[in-house]
Amino acid sequence: MRADDEALILACIPSLRRYARGLTGDPQRADDLVQDTLERAWSRYSRWQRRGELRAWMFGIMHNHFIDGVRAANRRADQTVPGELPDAPVRATQTDRLEVRDLERSLQALPAEQREVLLLVCVEDLSYQETAQILDVPMGTVMSRLSRAREKLGALLQGRDAVNRLHRVK
Amino acid sequence: MNDKRLHPVPGAGTPITEADLHAYADGQLPAARHAEVEAFLAAHPQDQARVRDWKEQRRALHALLDPVLDEPLPLRLPLAPPARRWPWRALAASVAVAAVSASAAWIARGAMDARHLQAVLATAAPERAAGGYAQRAAIAHAVYAPDMGRPVEVGVDNEKGLVTWLTKRMGAPVRAPSLSQAGYELMGGRLLPGGAGPVALFMYGAADGQRLTLYVTREAAGEQTAFQFTQEGPVRVFYWVEGQFGYALSGAVSREELQRVSQEVYKQLQG
Repeated sequence: MRADDEALILACIPSLRRYARGLTGDPQRADDLVQDTLERAWSRYSRWQRRGELRAWMFGIMHNHFIDGVRAANRRADQTVPGELPDAPVRATQTDRLEVRDLERSLQALPAEQREVLLLVCVEDLSYQETAQILDVPMGTVMSRLSRAREKLGALLQGRDAVNRLHRVK
Repeated sequence: MNDKRLHPVPGAGTPITEADLHAYADGQLPAARHAEVEAFLAAHPQDQARVRDWKEQRRALHALLDPVLDEPLPLRLPLAPPARRWPWRALAASVAVAAVSASAAWIARGAMDARHLQAVLATAAPERAAGGYAQRAAIAHAVYAPDMGRPVEVGVDNEKGLVTWLTKRMGAPVRAPSLSQAGYELMGGRLLPGGAGPVALFMYGAADGQRLTLYVTREAAGEQTAFQFTQEGPVRVFYWVEGQFGYALSGAVSREELQRVSQEVYKQLQG
């Protein structure tokens, strides 16, 4: 393996960790995911063979691990209901603490495939094309997941306001 | 998923689609289409409000997750390929090194650096409460110095722009010392996430391909330290604090050589 490719893989790690944290909402599970991704990347490196961008390839590996984990969780009987997830520890300042916790919880309440698209596009700043490639879906699917993710996140974040408005109307 | 409205291939002059609005919020439109969407939004306040919400979501998600970028990497992450699983691969590598040029030798040496660094990181964790940035400097060196294709973000051909940019991002005047006298030419620099905010990294190269990196951080401001020395695998680091900056000079060179250049850097950056 060439050293500059190794360096490229290492350079991906901070953004892989950020993505994993957004996907799982939990530092331990996020680094489990990063660890699995890196182990796979080092062992499968020879199969990459420079077909496309390395960063997209790494995120693709993480996607596969993440989805495997989601499927396994779905098979378990005691599945946590979305929206009732335990509070994840979140670093935040005192002032916007509540707001941040709302966002964290709302993000985790999105369906996994919507959360993936939202994070890849909004946080990792990947193009729709790259996102489609990473998730191995058509671009139209990326767009519709993005659209639904934004709508749902907006609704979840404004949930409290909506309740207040209803009360005022009645 | 055959919703045509969501297909993001906008043509100029065609009606604005839902996909255009998303691509607008994500900064993924060509300039001409961007202007068309902007005009559309000015006339459609409801859509404008939606796009504003989406942008606000982007900002909030970054604020939530970007701090992860600044965290030190946990020790359990494998930072190099497993060394012994394919002995034939090491053999092939050494054949390649023997067959190709000096620059290939340099690349392979970088691979060793990364592996050694991983080994050292795994064993030497407890003793780095102080000078934590020196360890980050060594890692930055191990990551970027072997990079043949793109060792720096901004090259020396735009030195003025580089210094202006780094000064702006660091929030205090940053300078790249001239080390020509010491045998190292400035190659350029880049911005990195540090332990507490941005870090400037300058890279220098010698005629024989040897590289040194100067790591400049504000996180140690106020502390007073003399020259200190540490080593992470083959990467040696001299670090010190001067005024509002902490400096670390890293390289896979002898301690004497590194000290010689560090003193030159110190001399130039004083006052």
